[in-house]
Order: sequence, then C-alpha cells, then structure tokens
Amino acid sequence: MSNGPGAPHGASAERQFSYPVQAALRRLAVPLLFAQDTATIVDVEIRKLRHDPVELLTRAVQPVLWLLVFGKVIAHARAIPTGDLPYLDFLAPGILAQSTLFVAIFYGIAVIWERDLGVLNKFLVSPASRASLVLGKALSAGVRALAQAAIVYLIAAALGVNLAFAPAPLAGVVVALVLGAAVFATFSLIIACLVKTRERFMGIGQILTMPLFFASNAIYPIAIMPTALQWLAKANPLTYQTDILRTLMLQGGTSAFGLPLDFAVLTGTLLVLVAVAAHLYPRVVL
Amino acid sequence: METRGLTRRFGELLAVDHLDLSVPQGMVFGLLGRNGAGKTTTIKMLTTLLAPTEGTARIAGFDIGTQPARVRRLVGYVPQLLSADGALTALENLLVFARLYHIPRAQRRTRIDAALVSVGLQDAAHKLVRDFSGGMIRRLEIVQSMLHRPAVLFLDEPTIGLDPVARHGIWEQLRNLIAQEGTTLFLTTHDMEEADELCGQVAIMHRGTVVVHGTPEELKARLGPNANLDDVFVAYSAATEETEEGALRDVQRTRRTARRLG
Repeated sequence: MSNGPGAPHGASAERQFSYPVQAALRRLAVPLLFAQDTATIVDVEIRKLRHDPVELLTRAVQPVLWLLVFGKVIAHARAIPTGDLPYLDFLAPGILAQSTLFVAIFYGIAVIWERDLGVLNKFLVSPASRASLVLGKALSAGVRALAQAAIVYLIAAALGVNLAFAPAPLAGVVVALVLGAAVFATFSLIIACLVKTRERFMGIGQILTMPLFFASNAIYPIAIMPTALQWLAKANPLTYQTDILRTLMLQGGTSAFGLPLDFAVLTGTLLVLVAVAAHLYPRVVL
Repeated sequence: METRGLTRRFGELLAVDHLDLSVPQGMVFGLLGRNGAGKTTTIKMLTTLLAPTEGTARIAGFDIGTQPARVRRLVGYVPQLLSADGALTALENLLVFARLYHIPRAQRRTRIDAALVSVGLQDAAHKLVRDFSGGMIRRLEIVQSMLHRPAVLFLDEPTIGLDPVARHGIWEQLRNLIAQEGTTLFLTTHDMEEADELCGQVAIMHRGTVVVHGTPEELKARLGPNANLDDVFVAYSAATEETEEGALRDVQRTRRTARRLG
C-alpha cells in the first residue's frame, strides 16, 4: 500500500499545482465530487441487497396482503366511492406509495444501528460532504422502493388492474418512487438524529407511520374525509406521490393536483429535508 | 499535531479540560486513561466528529474548527468498535472508502490490491466481512483507514478484545506503517504492554486532563527501577472512585466489541 518512504500524504494528484490553481480546481470539482459521493452511498446499498436479497421478498408480503385481502374485501363491498375507477385500480398505486413509505420511514433506525457499530463515524470522518451522505442514504431507500414496485406491479397485473406500461409513464413512476422514498427516508434520518436511540425511534416511527398513511389519498379519496383531515392530507407528501402514481401507473389515469405541482412538492420537500438532515447528521454521533 | 486548551463539555460534565498536547510527525503517541477519562472524546474532536466547546487543535497545519474539510483529508480513523461493514466483502469495504476519499480511479485497484496483500487478506477479498475473525476485521480496518495515506492515523483501542496472536499481528502491521509511510499514530489503549511496545510517547489522562506525559521509559523511571507501565497507570489514575459519567457507556461499548469479536 505504499510507494515507499516519503510517499505523499493525501489522495489527490492536485497537490502538484500551486494553491490558487488548486483552490479553483477544487471549486470546479465540488458538484462532481458531491454526485460521486452520493452515488457511492447508493452503490453500498445496492451491493448489500445483491448479497442478501431475502429482505426484499419479506418486505413485499405486506403490500401483497393489502391488495389481496383489504383490496378484494373493499372492492367486493363497494364501500369506498372511487367514481368510474374500480377500487383495486384506485388502491394499487396507493399501496405502492404506502410500501415506499414503510420502507423509508424506518431508515433512521439503520443509521442509529450504523452509529452503534461505528460505521457511521468513519463516513463522517471522510471528506464526503454531510449532504451527500444524507442524499445517498435517501436515494438508497428509493432503490428498495423500486424493488417493491416490481412486486406490486406483478400482483396488480395478476388482479386485472388496468396498468400502463409505456416507457414515459414508467419513467415517471420510477422518479416518483425514488423521490417519495427519499423524502420519507430523510424525514426518518432527521428523527434518528434527534432521538438517537433505537427504542425511542421505534416508538416515534410507529406514531408517525399511521397518520402519514391514513391522512393521505392512498386507500380512499380525500373528498370523503372530514375537512380538517383533508387539510392534513393536502400537507402530506404521500398524497402527492400517490397522485403521481395514480396518474401514471393506470391507463387513462388523471391527476387531482396536476403532475407539475406533485413533482414540485416532492422535490421541494426533499431539498428542505436534506438541508436540515445534513445539518443534524453529525449530532447522531454524540 | 497540536492542541491548545482543547475542551469539551457535555452539559455539566467536563469531558476534556483544556488539553495541551503536541505530537511531532512520525511519532507513535499513546493516550492512556481509565474509562470516562476523555480519551475517545479527544479523538472525536481531533477527527472533527465533535466540535470543541473551547480551544482548538491543528493537524498538519490545518485547524479542526475552521478547516474541518482539509483535516478530514489528512486523517485516518479506526474507531474502537469493529466498524467494517459486515454485509459487504473486504474488497467492497475498501472500494467504498477509496471512492469517498476521492482516490483517482486509475489508482484505486492498485492501492486496494496492495492493501489486501499487505495484511494477507488477498484470498479473502471477495468474502463477506461478517464471516471474518476479529483480527482479520481489524487488519482490514487499518488498511481501509490508510488507503488515502493520511498524515495522522487515529486508533481508538485498536487491539481491544483480540487474542494475543491477532494483537501481535496488528502491532506488526502498525510498525510497518510507521516504517514505510512515516505516519503519525495517535492511539488510545488500556493495554500497557501495547503502549510500551508501540509508543514513543505516552500521556495519562484523568478526568479530562493530562496528568503526566513522557516516554514510557521516563515514566517508569519516575516510579523506580522495577516499575512497569501498569504501575505508572495505577499511580496516576487509580486514586479516585469510578464516578465519571460515561464510564458505564464505555464498559458497555467495550463488551459489545468483545461480543462481536466472539
């Protein structure tokens, strides 16, 4: 690992330049390095999933049950008014959004676990920016969400849901899933940075998941909710993610809020949350 | 590396109290002390994981408070806990850090391969780290923290929980590092034999301050002709009850590491 005695310290070849040139190079390199660091963290997650994909399958059980049991029962009872849309068609995008929420909302606990093992400390001592570490983690949740999507699509197709498979809507679904998962994973990281222990996190995670899920348009339309809950649902990013999925996953799907607004809400929320989480991230080691 | 009045409080607790240390380049410096004495907090401040409440430190000329990004490029860190990622292979563990330290792509594989060979892990490169022994994980972690050739390597109790053979293996590896790279080593340990074997200078920390420092030989000579470093440690830090906050957490962490090592 050495070039012999007196080998230069530090990683980069840029030290042969004078300081102002070095500084200019470094400024130019910042966005590139940020992207590279983020991609490295996502790559770690992909490699782990490749080594041990069992978790992906066990996590798929819940959305499958929602579709097969809850969806079938409610569709049979015609208990929820969804207009011309069959209930299972209405539900499938909602359950996909829900499954990304459930994957992402417990991401914080992985960070507490990594902190306890010392892995996180080593990441924080590296030159990678805090924001890239946070965004990398957030996008990793998106990778898991995509795996969930494959399973939900399979089950939904088997149940006769009128799915759209054209490339453009599929690409939109991928972006919406990654954005939605990243939003909730970052939210989860923020909570982890504040509560710091697994036990407290589990309690808070449970408290947050249910309101986020039920105060949204995932399993019933907002129109049937009491006014106060409607406001809550409209402040919930899950609603906008579900709206995108309902528009793009189904043949002839229509958006309640308009896709530009949906994507803007998710992107804006993600940027704010990443900024907050990057600020709080180092506190998790205390 | 130099600290000036380095201080860290946690609420009422003064974990590190106006620490003044100076470690010349290429030195192996051992920070000794009981659980809760402030050793790990000191390392966390020097590696920019924790901001000092007061005072400052400079590493290779860069200030930990105002130039943390520069400092991070110049230091390596091996935490007390076994922190290689068990869900990745040895090669992947190294690759991740080669990328995070922005080692140019053309050099990554050469450095990683050389690192694996230097600690005899080349045949285990593609095995998951969770199947490694404690000694193998530590060896991997040390080369992982050295991939970017840091000027200062911080090791928090590098051989805790290891069997004697593995422990001597790690010492050998650290000696090679010093000989080949001229790296400054800053380590904490409870193992006085380790301090005696490796360190050119030691300091004993008690309740956040350094109570004595010097070469191991000087410190032993102060207590008499037959004294060893254990005697020095007891003489300077055992006089009080274990009342420091954080002591329980330290013991729990140590046990957790020992459990992982099996």
